[in-house]
This record gives sequence, structure tokens and C-alpha cells, in this order.
Amino acid sequence: MKRAFDTAGDLAVDVEAAVDGMEIASIAKIGRRDFLKLTGLVGGGLMLSFTGLRAAATGGALHPNGFLRIDSEGITLYAKNPEIGQGVKTSLPMIVAEELDAAWEDVAVVQSPIDAATYGPQVAGGSNSVRVNWDLLRTAGATARAMLVGAAAVRLGVPPAELATRDSHVLHERTGARLAYTELADAAAAMPVPDAGTLPLKSPDQFRLLGRRITGVDNEALVRGEPLFGIDQSLPGMKYAVYQKCPAQGGRVRSFNESEIKALPGVQDVFSLEGNGNPLELMPGVAIVADSTWAALAAKRQLRVDWDESTAARDSWSDAVAQAGRLRHEAGANRVVDAGDVDAALAAGAQRLESYYTYHFASHAQLEPQNCVARFANGAVELWAPTQTPHRGIGNVASTLGLAPERVTVHQTRCGGGFGRRLYNDFMCEAAAIAARVDAPVKLQWTREDDMSHDLFRAGGFHQLEGSLDGEGRVSGLRDHFITFADQGRPVSGGSFRPGVFPTGLIDNLRLEETALDWRTRCGAWRAPFSNVFGFVIESFIHELATAAGRDHLEVMLEIFGEPRWLGTGNPRALHTGRAAGVVRLAAEKAGWGRPMPPGRGLGLAFYFSHAGHVAEVADVSVDAEKRIKVHRVTVAADVGPIVNLSGAENQLEGSVIDGLSTMAGLSVTFENGRVEQSNFDAYPMLRMPDAPQVDVHFVASDFPPSGLGEPGLPPLAPAVCNAVFAATGHRIRTLPISEEGFSIG
Amino acid sequence: MRLNVNGKEHELEGVDPNAPLLWVLRDGLGLVGAKFGCGISQCGACTVLVDGQPVRSCSYPVAAAVEAEVSTVEGLAGPDGELSAVQQAWVDLDVAQCGYCQAGQIMAAEALLRENPSPSDADIDRAMAPNLCRCGTYLRIREAIRTAAEKRTEGGQS
Repeated sequence: MKRAFDTAGDLAVDVEAAVDGMEIASIAKIGRRDFLKLTGLVGGGLMLSFTGLRAAATGGALHPNGFLRIDSEGITLYAKNPEIGQGVKTSLPMIVAEELDAAWEDVAVVQSPIDAATYGPQVAGGSNSVRVNWDLLRTAGATARAMLVGAAAVRLGVPPAELATRDSHVLHERTGARLAYTELADAAAAMPVPDAGTLPLKSPDQFRLLGRRITGVDNEALVRGEPLFGIDQSLPGMKYAVYQKCPAQGGRVRSFNESEIKALPGVQDVFSLEGNGNPLELMPGVAIVADSTWAALAAKRQLRVDWDESTAARDSWSDAVAQAGRLRHEAGANRVVDAGDVDAALAAGAQRLESYYTYHFASHAQLEPQNCVARFANGAVELWAPTQTPHRGIGNVASTLGLAPERVTVHQTRCGGGFGRRLYNDFMCEAAAIAARVDAPVKLQWTREDDMSHDLFRAGGFHQLEGSLDGEGRVSGLRDHFITFADQGRPVSGGSFRPGVFPTGLIDNLRLEETALDWRTRCGAWRAPFSNVFGFVIESFIHELATAAGRDHLEVMLEIFGEPRWLGTGNPRALHTGRAAGVVRLAAEKAGWGRPMPPGRGLGLAFYFSHAGHVAEVADVSVDAEKRIKVHRVTVAADVGPIVNLSGAENQLEGSVIDGLSTMAGLSVTFENGRVEQSNFDAYPMLRMPDAPQVDVHFVASDFPPSGLGEPGLPPLAPAVCNAVFAATGHRIRTLPISEEGFSIG
Repeated sequence: MRLNVNGKEHELEGVDPNAPLLWVLRDGLGLVGAKFGCGISQCGACTVLVDGQPVRSCSYPVAAAVEAEVSTVEGLAGPDGELSAVQQAWVDLDVAQCGYCQAGQIMAAEALLRENPSPSDADIDRAMAPNLCRCGTYLRIREAIRTAAEKRTEGGQS
């Protein structure tokens, strides 16, 4: 209504591109020289409004940027990005503390406000937080350290060069003087702010904090059940709302049993909303406002809506399967990569293989269902939201309500899982639109059923592969025809080959082609978008080729990587074949690759490169006659440069393995007549503790710039397990979830 | 309607006896440690103890808890705020990722260790199977339960 109709797919792709590109672009533009302009606050009063942790200290505070504040009472560090379980509320402040030389025990960590002028982009996505904030946060810490040293030099009457720092103190070795940062803060605040470009930064061998195992800053609050999450937020006089949308995307409200709902106990109001034409903001539906969550939920069960589905989605998974089966042997509509002469290579091959891989749609199923508290008053709206993209959320809400973005304030809360779902802020828009109609603050609560029927799904897909081996058993040609989905001609999120996708540049004769089927339902970024499924396809097929050649899989992988080199000159996010070979070798060595295995048991190897992370995994599995797979152990080797928080890094890889295993085992979302056929966890059976394998994590301690770990550990898992199943049984799994082929984990 | 939660009596007025215990705890008493995940006893995020037994409070009518003692994660710490052995193990082993399921996991673990002070790994798996962790922290949960069991045994708790 306020804008031309945008398709969900279009916008979903935009969001993903933004997540990948936004932080990098904006931060890259900030030279270290401009750093203080970005992070320096105008006036000193602002921080007081949100520190709140301590009573205002006497004397001045050292507060040269938005990331730290030191006064006579202590040291406070501000965590800028949303915490979704990836550990950034701990790891990002650790980077500041390292260059500040603050003892971690002395530091209090506070979630920062949403404030682009002070913090730049504040996003949880694309495994970007550590990578793109590394220089910014180190400089923030080093700036304050230099000012503290300067103040100490004046106080002690010695040159700054004679001073060292350690554990929140400035030290003068010759005299034994030891001054706490807290006692220097007042004087340091009056020191000139140094030119960020001149600050010395530590070399990795000087790190005292980074690389250690540090426990999460919210751990104690979590185990005490304190109100950290969006769902825990509460305002005085708050009402509770639910919102029912059409099960098929695009359906509109024709009528509903208004008087019946209004008469139910605890119900304050019920009304329909038209939607603003943007499925990523506000879709049509019926809102119920009540005096408790339970009253709203109970009333929703009685709600009967007559939907006008004339323009609604009619997506069908079974139709898509049939269409893909017809199209797979044809040429793809688009050639995304066409290197060398694939047809000639395939024709000349000593051996030629063909395989057809399929994977289903999947749901994010983050454990905290969508929710948001919104308060609308005097033409402005304030929201407490578990979102991965708060700045984008401000824009979404402003667009929904027709407000200037300055009239929208967002407070970030801890998120009960993200996995990409909270990159999209439809729940914020709904909460804001409902609050605008109610004379009280409102908490919107989605049910699990709302969440599963209105997710932004990981798209399913189909890959017809052909490959050839030359006379020496080397991979000589590879063709992949990807049958995917597009909404009005725009590929859905994750529904297109990514530029430079593995193995581009590694196989001389390579053609990647796409054909898109029409699809209407929203799709979105799901942990390691595209990679999480393509890793399974390509790494399984390379194992098929190695097996056909009668060669060792490890040897073939190393041969494909070849000499150590960057595949994208000047692109720090490109694959480095030496790093790839390094993690593959390390995983193989740690897992005992090549050792004899008993009957029914096998090892499987896979590598994938995503989000600037190089990760290899080896699965050790046995398979029984009922096709039950027992995963004994998964060995992970990763190269993401220096590790910030070793405990968090290990946790991310353990979790990626278990998430990967859970998803490949039996998680599938299917559609008929535009409706999702699964509604809750009883039909979406995630992995439980008894089926969790042992996970061994190893890091290659490389000197490359650090990159993130939320995503790259996931893509190698499914192919490692499927390759191991082949080694154990001779059966090649070509469908995810594997329950489609009769396999189970357990 | 009177409800005993963490040793404290609460007088509830105008509460639907069919309302799930979860929403009475969260909206009525402001105890938000127990979480809403699925509403159908599938995920365990809402786990609390009723007379020492783990129940899924999202599907447990509040009326059924009226004569009982309800324990939530907020009541585990000692009077001086000291964390229980289970809570402390969760902190020390850095179990949580997003943390959303962990209050339910901790309550399930407390119930297990009160019944069975030295559980085997199979006992742990069996007791914890009703509780989903979407982030996949199962290995650390298992380890934290082992650690807490040892600490409780040493400390003479049972």
C-alpha cells in the first residue's frame, strides 16, 4: 500500500545480501582515522541513560568511544551486536578487553543500545561479527589504553614509553608503581584522544585473553531464569496479543467471528489488519488483544476466519518433485558458471557418472517463538525485539506504520536462537501495527504453529549431476543442473549458486546451470544459506567420483585443491586451497583416516568453505540392518584464523554438528495448496540427547584474519555422514532428510 | 486459588483453572525462567517440578498444581543467592548457546539428580530426552550433569 508490491523472495535475497555485504561495506569505509568520528559520542550524558549498572561515579569517566567506559567504580564494555547464541555478547567485548589490557574479571559487559551513529551496523548474520568488527574493537580498546598510559605518565612524571599495562593497571617497572585504570579514569578522560591510525596493536603472540576459554557473560543470569529474552519483557499495563494469518501466504480476511471472540473471557479487543503489501512486513490477519497470554491463546483457538484465497499461494512440494523429475535431463535455463569445455570433458572421460540429489524444505525452528513488545504513543513507537537486524527492523516498522524512522526506537533483547529467521522482522511490524490500535503497550506472542506455518523456509532443491574421470582417475569434468525455485522470476533465498561457489576454480571443466520452478511462499536465509545443502550435494558427488576411480577420497580431495593459493585475489572471503588442504589433513589425521573398520562401520570425509571459514569433518558411523545409523564420533577441523573465545568456538562447532545431524536425519517441511503440512515439533522431530554423537574439535592456528564460526561448521556434516554410510554399507544416500530413504539416526 | 511456588504461597484471583501452569508463572507471578517453546509437551523448555517431578508446564493445568509444591529455576539458588550444584556446573562448563532451553534442562537435571545421585550416561540420556536444545548443546549438558552429580555427592547432598 505504501510501496509497490515487492516479492518476498526479492526482499529475502536483499536481506541476505545486506547481511553479507552491509557490515563489510560500512566498516570497510571507516578507516582507522575516521574511527573516532564514528564511535565518539556527542556529549557525555548519553551513556548514563543506559549504563545503569552502577551508581554514577564521582569524578569523570573515560569514555572515548561507545565500546567502553571506565570510571572510579569499574570498567564497563558494551556488546554491540544481537546475541542469538553465537556468543558475540562475550566474544566482541573480549576483543576490546585484550587491547585495553583489562583483566576479564574486572569487566562488566552490557548490551549496547541500537545506535548506528555510535556503533555502525548492528547485525547478527553471515558469521560476520568477529570478522568485520575485529579492527574496530581492537582500536577501541587500544585508544583507551593509550589515554590511561598518558594519564599515568603525567601522574608519575615518566615518559609513556617506560610504562606497561596489565590486568587493568598501568605499571612502571623501574619504580614498581602500579596504578589502577579506575583511579586513572578521571585524568585519562582529559587526555587528548590519540589518532587511531598511530595506535600500536598487539601481535597474536601477545594476546593474554584471546584464545582462552571464557564462559558466557550471561551464564549466571540464564541459570537464574532472569528476564533476558524478548519473550520475558514486560511493561506496566501491558496487554497480550496474538495474530492469525492465512495458512496460505497472500490470503486476505473476508470475515471472522468477531462478536463470539469479543465475548470470550479476558479478551479486550479483536480486529483485522489489511497488511501493507509486503510479506516481509505486515500480512493480512486478525489480531486478538487480551489481558493475559493464555486468554489470547485460548481465544485464538475459537477464532474462525473466512479467508479470501483468490490471490494466495498454491505451492505444492509434490508438484515440484514431479516437475524437477521431468526437467532434470534438459539443459538449465541459466548458465551460472561455464568454465572449460564440459561437454568435451564428459564425452572424453574414461568413466562417466550421473546422479540426482534432492533436499526438502526446512524450518528454522528457533526455540523462542516470535514475539515483540511494542508501545505506541504520540506518533512514535518503541519496541523490545529479539531481532538479528534491529536497524532493518526500524525501517520495516517505519514503513508499516508510515512513520519517519526517527519515530521508531528498538531495544535489543537476547534471542532464543536465530539461525537466520530473525533477519526478518515481520513480528516487529505486527506488534507495532497492533500496538497502534491499542491504548496500552502490547506483547505479541506467536505460537509454534504460527512459527512453522509462517517461517521463511530454507528452500528445497534438486541437482542433476554428471561427472567424468580421466584415464588416471582424476576428476576431468563436472556439470550440475540445479532445479530451484523463483518467485516471479527472482530466485528464492538460497535458491541460486553463490558467486565463486566451491568447486569453482578447482575443476577445469565445470558448468553450473539453474532452472527455476515458480514458488510463492517466503523463503529465507537458514544457517549457512545455500552451503548447508549444496555442501551435501557436491561433497557426496566428489566422493562418488573418487569411489568410481577406485581411489582414496582424501587423496582425490587434496588433488582437487592443488597448490596452496587464494582463489579470489584480494578477496579475504575467498577459499585458500592451502587452508582447505590443511583442515582436511588435520581432520583425517585426528580421526584415524585409513584405519581398517569392522563390517557395517565406516568413516566419511567432507570439506566445505563458507562464510570465510574452512572446515573439514570426518564422521565415524555404523549402520544396522534396519538402516539405523549410529554416529559414534565426528571429528572437526577448522581454520578461521585466531580464535577469540575458545569455549564459544568449540561450542559453535559442537552445535553445528548436532544441528546438521538433526536436520539431515528427519526434518522436512512439505507444502500442499500453499499450506505447510507440519505444524509443531511432533511432526518436525529434532535430534535429542541420546542421539548426539561425540564431537572432537580441532583448530588450525593460522595467522589469517579471524572469521566467524556460527555457520561454516554445518555444511560438511551431512556429506561426511552420508559418505560414511556409503563406506559402511555401499548405499549412496542422495536425499535429505535421509528418512526419505528409510534411514534414521539412533 | 492458592499456589505454592518455590516455598512461597501465592493467592491467585480470577485465574482460569484450565490455564497452563506456564502462563500463570510467567504472566501472573512474573517468574519467566520457564519458557514457551511448543505448547504441546514436545520441547521441554517449560519444564518445572511439581512435587519434585518434572512436568511440562505448557500443558499442565494450574488447577492440578494447587495442592502441590511447584519448583522453578528461580528457586534453586540458596538463601544467600548461592547457585545450586547444577546451576554452577552449567555456568562453569559454559553450556548455553542461546540459552532459551536451559532453564528447562536445568530443572530436568535437578529432578534426575534428586532421584538418582549417580546417574549413568544412559540414565542421563533417558531423563533428558524430553528436553530439546535447538543449538545442540547436549554434550555440555551431559558433562554438566556428571560434574554436578560429583559435586553433590562430595558435598553430601542427595
